[in-house]
Parts: sequence; structure tokens; C-alpha cells
Amino acid sequence: MTPSEIRAEVIDILGDIAPDEDLSQLKDDLPFREQLELDSMDFLDIVMELRKRHRIQVAEEDYGQLASMDSTVKYLEPRMKDL
Amino acid sequence: MYDTIIIGAGMSGLAAGIRLAYYDQRVCILERHSTIGGLNSFYRLRGRDYDVGLHALTNFTQRGARKGPLARALRQLRFHWEDFALAPQVESAIVFPSVELRFSNDFGVLESEIARKFPREQDNFRRLVASLVDYDDLQPQHFCQSAREFLNAAIGDPLLREMLLCPLMWYGNAREQDMDFGQFCVMFRSIFLEGFARPFAGVRLILKNLVRKFRALGGELRLRSGVELIQVQDGQATGVVLENGEQLAARRIVSSAGLVETLRLCADITTLDPVQAGRLSFVETVSVVDRQPGELGHDRTIVFYNDTEQFHWTKPETALCDVRTGVVCSPNNFLYDDRDGQLPDGVIRVTALANYDRWMQLPDQEYRVAKLHWYDRVVESAVRFVADYRSRVVDTDMFTPRTIRRFTWHDNGAVYGAPEKRIDGTTHLPNLFLCGTDQGYVGIIGSLISGISIANRHCLRE
Repeated sequence: MTPSEIRAEVIDILGDIAPDEDLSQLKDDLPFREQLELDSMDFLDIVMELRKRHRIQVAEEDYGQLASMDSTVKYLEPRMKDL
Repeated sequence: MYDTIIIGAGMSGLAAGIRLAYYDQRVCILERHSTIGGLNSFYRLRGRDYDVGLHALTNFTQRGARKGPLARALRQLRFHWEDFALAPQVESAIVFPSVELRFSNDFGVLESEIARKFPREQDNFRRLVASLVDYDDLQPQHFCQSAREFLNAAIGDPLLREMLLCPLMWYGNAREQDMDFGQFCVMFRSIFLEGFARPFAGVRLILKNLVRKFRALGGELRLRSGVELIQVQDGQATGVVLENGEQLAARRIVSSAGLVETLRLCADITTLDPVQAGRLSFVETVSVVDRQPGELGHDRTIVFYNDTEQFHWTKPETALCDVRTGVVCSPNNFLYDDRDGQLPDGVIRVTALANYDRWMQLPDQEYRVAKLHWYDRVVESAVRFVADYRSRVVDTDMFTPRTIRRFTWHDNGAVYGAPEKRIDGTTHLPNLFLCGTDQGYVGIIGSLISGISIANRHCLRE
């Protein structure tokens, strides 16, 4: 997957987790937490959806890498490039 | 071999099951009873539908709200707000002999009531609310501190303290007299800051949605499947033995049976620590009246009453019931959608404290007589605080601690479980966890959050 495909996939996951959020205005360099009403349970769901959909394991110490769209795509790029 | 076996098909077990099945686990929910729901269930009697347990769903927030337990539970279980079809309450009240405080889903109503009736406490109350708003129920701090001590420091007028505690204790306090501070915060928010609602079709709508989703995700639900034993090998739970002798293996077990009740099932436990099971049980009278309760002058959703200035929250020791305090609830008094209209029957339910042991000891004949006697006593007590509806009653039913025991299997028919909560859900075994009332959350949404959080914390991260 290319970075833009990964971004689209993350948007799709966020849409599943928080169906009432408007994701079209999401700023990639700002933390999700500042823009969306996501709590720790929702962050776990991002991890779980990545595992369910793409068999990607995100270790607990790496959860911080999923703070914003930019950092998430950067973290996933090497892990999803062959998908 | 199951990934997870869940004991109990109540709200918390079903919610945990949905989370795990959604993330592709092999899950089986085992329910002892012939029906789902546990404490929150439903039945049909002489042609009418009734709810058990649920008076109202607490934690109600409006469609589109993204904060709070209701929004969180819906997101986590992948439901839409519309799926629960919640109709908000009309208005409720706390009624003591000399004062009543009205409250609704608009917090301003309670604030202005306190400003009018306890003018000196207005600022104290505002500060109290500010200090509770940000309590994090997922990372609870100071959970076990005394709510009474906290209130004594915050509010000067003892009557207001008692009045605030009355509904919060009634809707979720397993401890006698006092309340855990954490539970107080959670209940305060869910009742006063959020609010009450009910689906037009009652609790069955929520339960049916949960079961349908669980099954659609591949989950297995077995009724009439009481667990007799939790098998243990080398310090790990390995599976369960059912009452019919069947053995089921699992990598982990989540139990909503209650702490003591679960430990008793464990093969490695021969003597139980003197863990205090809960002691608070209830009776509830159900009266069908020949018109809508509003036409009889009873238009409130829930009325919490207490007939002295001191609120007593204890197990009645000398009688079968304690009718000094109670809760009157009418499922008719919600703001239902015009599409739905109004419920076909007028129903008024009254809940009172009861002594489990005394109810259990009654021989069958005396039990039936006691039900009739205490139906009258409980309703007689309640109509001091709401319109007297007794001449309009066309059918009645009553549940007692025996009924609660049958539906929940909780020791002592303890509706809110044991006073000591296991907030993190852990037990002496590394792969056996608790969810439900003894884990700490109460109410419909609280139970869902309980199942969700235990699934998330202990069953999904590996």
C-alpha cells in the first residue's frame, strides 16, 4: 500500500469506530485526540481493526505512534508496503 | 476449544461477547436460566409484557453526543444511536416529608430546585458538581473513599445530603448506609448530569439487539447451561463443566456470576475467604391500572421517596421488607415518539428494600400470602408520595428476593452484588476475569461498559 492508500484505510477504520465524526476536515499533523472525541477504548480499536483487517500487530509500547494521521501512516508504511 | 467462555447472558456478558466475537474470537456465552438478560429481563403474563430490573436506562445523552458512557458503549459495540430507540424521561423527583426536588434530563431543573429550596447550598452544590464532572470511571481514583464524608465536607444541610444520596444509592449502591466515592461520582453523573430514558419496547429491544449482533458475529449462546465447575490446572482456568456433565475447554473465562459466586465454582478453591456477599435485596410491586398513570395525576417518570429526614439504606432485619423508602416508576411516563404512541397499559411499579433470608425461609403457602400482604404495604407506603392509584388496579404482579435469585443466581438475591468491587476484573487465576455488577459498573449502560472494558483489557491484548 502507498502512504495515500494507508491514509484512506485509516480514515475508513476511524469511520467504523466513530461513525458520527466528520473526518473530511481531519488535519494530518494534529493529534486525533484534539480533533475527534476518541478515548483509550477507541484507540485500542484502531489497533484491533489493523489486526483484524491486515494481520498487523501493533505492540503496546508502539500505541503512541498512532497519535496523529502523519505518525500513524509513517508507522504503518513499512508494515503495509507489501500488502 | 473456545478462546473465551463467558458465564452469564446479561448485559455485561453479551457486551463482552460482542467485542470478542467482533474481533474473531471463538466465544460461547453460557446462561443458567432459560432466558437472557439476568437482572434486566422481560416476561409476558396474562397477555401483557413486563420488564424486570430496568426502571429506566441511566446515562442517557442526546443523539449526536460523543462523550459519556452511552456514546462510548454504542461506538464500542458498533450500534447506532437509533438502535436503542431511547425515549427520554418526562421528569422525576426526590420526595422527602417536607421537601421535594424535581429533576429531569435538563440539569438546570435540579440546579434551580436546589436554588429555591436550599438557597444557602447553591454555591456548595455548584462546587460539588464541578469536582465530580471530570471523574474518570475508566481510571478510577479514590474509588473506595466514603461518599458520606465527601458530602459532609461539601454540603452543609444534612437534609440535602440525604436527598442527593437517596436516588444514587437506590440505583446502584451495594454497600449499606454509606457509598463508595467512585460509585457516587458515577451514579451522580449517570442520573443527574446525564439522565433517564427507555425504549418504547422496553429492555427486550436492547437485549434482542445484543443477541442478534452477537450471533451474527459467530458467537454461540447456550441457555439452560448452568456452570457447575470451573476447571483449574497448574494455576490456570482450563474450562468449565456444565450441570449436565458436559465439559467445555477455553483459553480464558469471563464470569458475570459475581465474585463469591464465581470463586465457589473454581475447582481449586475449597474454602472461601469470608468475602462479604451483598446483603441488599428488593421486592417490587407491579400494578396495571385501567388508564394512563398521567390521567390519575401521576405523570412523573421516577419518584424516589423517603418518609423521614434521615435516609436508611440497610437490609431490613426485623421484617420481610422496609417500606420507609422506595422508588415509584411508570414506564408510561417517557416522551415516546408520536409514531409509537403510548404503551397499551398503564403500569406503576414500586420497589422497596427486602430481607432475602426471611423471604427464602417462607414455606410456599406463606410465601404466597406474604406477597399479597407486602404488595399492599408497599403500595400503601408509596401512595403517600404519588397519586393514590389503588382503586384503578386491574392486575398485579410482584417480584421478591426469590425471583431475583432465580434470575441472577446472586448470593442473597443481592441486586447490586457485593460491596467490595473488583474494578480491574482480576481474580486469583490469571485467565479468569469478572464482569458485571461485582466488577463495579451498574445500570444498563454501566453493565455494557463493564463487559466491554473487561474484554478490552484482558481478552483482546495478546
